Amino acid sequence: MHDVKTEAVVDSAWSGGKSPFAIGSKKLGMWLFIVSDTLTFSALLITYSYSRLTNPDWPRPFPINPAIIFSTTMTVVLLASSLTMVMAVMASQRNDRKKTVLWMVATMAGGLLFTGLHLTEWMNMIYKEHFTITSNPEGTPLFGAVFFGITGLHMTHVMIGVIYLGIVAVGYGRGKFSAEDVEVNGLYWHFVDLVWMFVFPLIYLMSVKY
Amino acid sequence: MSSEAHAVEAHAGASVGTNIAIWIGLVAITGLEVFLAYEELQPSVMLSILVVLSVVKAAMIMSFFMHLKYEKLGLVLLLIPATIFCLCMMFIFFFPDAFRLLQMRPH
Repeated sequence: MHDVKTEAVVDSAWSGGKSPFAIGSKKLGMWLFIVSDTLTFSALLITYSYSRLTNPDWPRPFPINPAIIFSTTMTVVLLASSLTMVMAVMASQRNDRKKTVLWMVATMAGGLLFTGLHLTEWMNMIYKEHFTITSNPEGTPLFGAVFFGITGLHMTHVMIGVIYLGIVAVGYGRGKFSAEDVEVNGLYWHFVDLVWMFVFPLIYLMSVKY
Repeated sequence: MSSEAHAVEAHAGASVGTNIAIWIGLVAITGLEVFLAYEELQPSVMLSILVVLSVVKAAMIMSFFMHLKYEKLGLVLLLIPATIFCLCMMFIFFFPDAFRLLQMRPH
């Protein structure tokens, strides 16, 4: 509950610095997390790019058909889930709880489909093509650590995102969470999508088998 | 101000049509990247093109889907320059050495 004095501080951007960016603390916290996670993924991807350029025997295990078509499908699924998340945030701004929850469930379905496709691809690489974290039949063993490390960390983010979506969808549906919580959830989900926009071209398209 | 009221007031983002247009743009750039994979470009050229296209996609996602375009300039200045500075520091150590080693490796 705000008294008059507190309201005055909240309404004023810099006097007291209560809310200088005109956003809630949850949203600011999520943005700061996103910056730190950006640097984590950047360090991994830049290190990968270094290894990719400097190793002449870098494996190229992804033929256009089926591997690139498969990973492109995964990309479109993740992009589609970002659009459903946008729709969920817009519905929450209108206080339309039913549609918000429906769009969030659709986003979760997209996340689960992406994870399922990704695990299918991993199983294929491990059991049929004999790629592991430490070895592979095609070239430098570094490939396995890079591929499973970066895509694994991303997949972990997707799975955490699906759980996060589920918790917020239930809470918002019951009136415990606000539209701001849905929006903050959306920021996380779009970030996961954004990271894949770098992982897909750099990991997959840089290792196409001709 | 309640969080509900704050959220409603804060939301002056893109329309549904704009978001769908951005989504189509993202899918189209992804299609362009896959097309480039068919062309057997030098790894360094391919990497440079893909990084530029990915940065464009990231900017579209942050601006519209994460509606950074509609936030206060102060928030953008808090988040973006520091991140770009850190990335530049990583690249300073990466590019000169990677390209030096690229010239040295057997063809």
